[in-house]
Amino acid sequence: MMNRSKMLRRVWLCGAAVWFATAAPASAFLAYISNEKSNTVSVIDTDSWTVTATIKVGQRPRGIELTRDGKSVLVAVGDDDTIQIIDVASQKVVDSLPSGPDPELFTQDAAGKVLYVANENDNTVTVIDLEKRVRIGDVQVGVEPEGMAISPDGKILINTSETTNMAHFIDTATREIVANVLVDARPRFAEFKRDGSELWVSSEIGGTVSVIDPAKRVVTDKIEFNIPGLRREAIQPVGIGMTRDAKIAFIALGPANRIAIVDAATHKVIKYLLVGQRVWHMAFTPDEKYLLVTNGVSNDVSVIDVAAQKVIKTIQVGELPWGVAMARP
Amino acid sequence: MIRWLIGAIGLCAVTSSAFAAEPLTISIGYLGQAGIKATLSLVELPSENDGSAGARLAIEDNNTTGRFLKQQFGLDEVRVKDGDDVAGAARTLAGRNSFIIADLPPDALLQAADAVRDRGSVLFNVGAADDRLREADCRANVIHIAPTRSMLADALAQYLVWKQWKRWLLVVGSHDEDRLEADAYRRAAARFGAKIVQERVFEDTGGARRTDSGVTLIQRQIPVFTQQAPAYDVMIAADESEVFASYLPYRTWDPRPVAGSAGLVPTSWHAAQDQWGAVQIQNRFTKLNARRMTARDMQAWLATRMIGEAASRTNSGDGKAILAFLKSPDFSIAGFKGQRLTIRDWNLQLRQPILLVDGRMVVSVSPQDGFLHQVSELDTLGIDRPESKCRLQ
Repeated sequence: MMNRSKMLRRVWLCGAAVWFATAAPASAFLAYISNEKSNTVSVIDTDSWTVTATIKVGQRPRGIELTRDGKSVLVAVGDDDTIQIIDVASQKVVDSLPSGPDPELFTQDAAGKVLYVANENDNTVTVIDLEKRVRIGDVQVGVEPEGMAISPDGKILINTSETTNMAHFIDTATREIVANVLVDARPRFAEFKRDGSELWVSSEIGGTVSVIDPAKRVVTDKIEFNIPGLRREAIQPVGIGMTRDAKIAFIALGPANRIAIVDAATHKVIKYLLVGQRVWHMAFTPDEKYLLVTNGVSNDVSVIDVAAQKVIKTIQVGELPWGVAMARP
Repeated sequence: MIRWLIGAIGLCAVTSSAFAAEPLTISIGYLGQAGIKATLSLVELPSENDGSAGARLAIEDNNTTGRFLKQQFGLDEVRVKDGDDVAGAARTLAGRNSFIIADLPPDALLQAADAVRDRGSVLFNVGAADDRLREADCRANVIHIAPTRSMLADALAQYLVWKQWKRWLLVVGSHDEDRLEADAYRRAAARFGAKIVQERVFEDTGGARRTDSGVTLIQRQIPVFTQQAPAYDVMIAADESEVFASYLPYRTWDPRPVAGSAGLVPTSWHAAQDQWGAVQIQNRFTKLNARRMTARDMQAWLATRMIGEAASRTNSGDGKAILAFLKSPDFSIAGFKGQRLTIRDWNLQLRQPILLVDGRMVVSVSPQDGFLHQVSELDTLGIDRPESKCRLQ
């Protein structure tokens, strides 16, 4: 409501003709940013690069994703032990899911019917039927489950556990663990290449990204980061984003305040981009022209031009921005 | 023919049991003291299981990981009383365990370490803050998890200097440990550019820590004790013996903050620590032990997790293999402090950030920004390699 009245005011101030000429061209997308400290989600219009709405959500919002049908944004509110559903059309919280205690990150199957949630407090992954909005199962995993990813063929679910330091391979049909791969300390995020040939897992405290062969289920390479003038302890890889053609990957390095751009074929760092403080997670616009990354400590979002490999914009959001999800308006 | 058959069956049995893979059992000893150290504040009175409760949580965490690696961890806890034969207790524990977590005073720790040295057993010091254990009295079979007095003092000093509270009034207790703590603050002041404007000694004249009309008396005593001081920014109390420091805040003659043994206290851990995923371990600890997690609990948790981490990385329960891994440059451990913790190879001290707490909240975490070091900023805390007197053997 507040948002609409603001808009109206702006219409009157700027003049209706100007407003209608600039508002929401076809290429604009909406980025939803979870603000861990503010208990809000900021909505950014990717055409004007401004915050167009701020949605109140539950306590400690972190993991955030668009549903496959594009109609809802799911946001894990850890301190309320639930996942809230934001309706994209009305930009309001309309319902919640029985996620289990302290949900942080989650992933959906390809059809958007099943949601897998990491419950940090419970050493479990909760399985939820998204249509019926009921819990349909659990999988016991390692200590402090966090990162979640699903293989492109939908057969294997990956969960990383932060204190156990493993990537658990879970068969989505039987919901049994079929393999465990040790990675470096505090694995936080997992991402498959689109062709399923590689699984990347970031280790925040270990300071590396492990490249895993999903067929052999072994670590085949480790990406390391050396930034002159920065001590090793400050380099803490977290979020990972890969282009659809699997040529380039972006890796958020936390308190190193940088995004590493990595050649996804050779696993070599191409360059480092300076962003804001404690960079966490990221999302591409659907056309992959831009990448938005959240800077936890500086309370803003950096916009990266993917082709130019440059930071082009910084947008102030709420306090301690954490996750980002991209939607079509 | 029958013999052949029996032989063949026997062989099958052996191979199948080998394939069934019995979980590897790794037992960890815990050598602590019986009895509770008295504190001025009732809320800071330690529990009977202070320390070992942290080890028990780490055993659970190790076992959750161990399920996937067929490793099973156990804790073998022994408590000694004053006057008990510590060396004998250590030898008995070493007979059953390759690793011993030790929460002992400095001399007892050295006795225990020397008693089990020939067996190749390794001690993890989770209780003694004495710098000498990492310096002149260092041992090749003792890994120190507890931070030293100098690390704690440096952590506080960096913050006070950053705050521009550089004029310190140092109040020292009359026991040996208090004097050692005061030494650490003098060293820290010299290192980081603070000035101790005056020192006072608070004599322990005996007497009960708890009385029915205590507050009335203390309210008269402390202003008198702290009056006529030269201009100062902060009062530093060195009172490990818990005789007076907690009486200082809000009672000083001049309205000044108190730090050190009371007020703003440097520590390895606190129940209020909630950054860097710490809420998770705080919740797990409270669920298991029905109380809050202390610094000693965290130190024992870390020691036990380090053994678990080394066992999972080396896929082994062998004492030598685990120790070699812990001492190698590859070793690091996550301890909910925002960065990896590693071991100083010259004296086997765990590097770690230090929390500065006021009893209810974490006020800051040192090392502070701007205190730089060529190897690790964590080495701005405590005695650094070039100054070290330790020769490991």
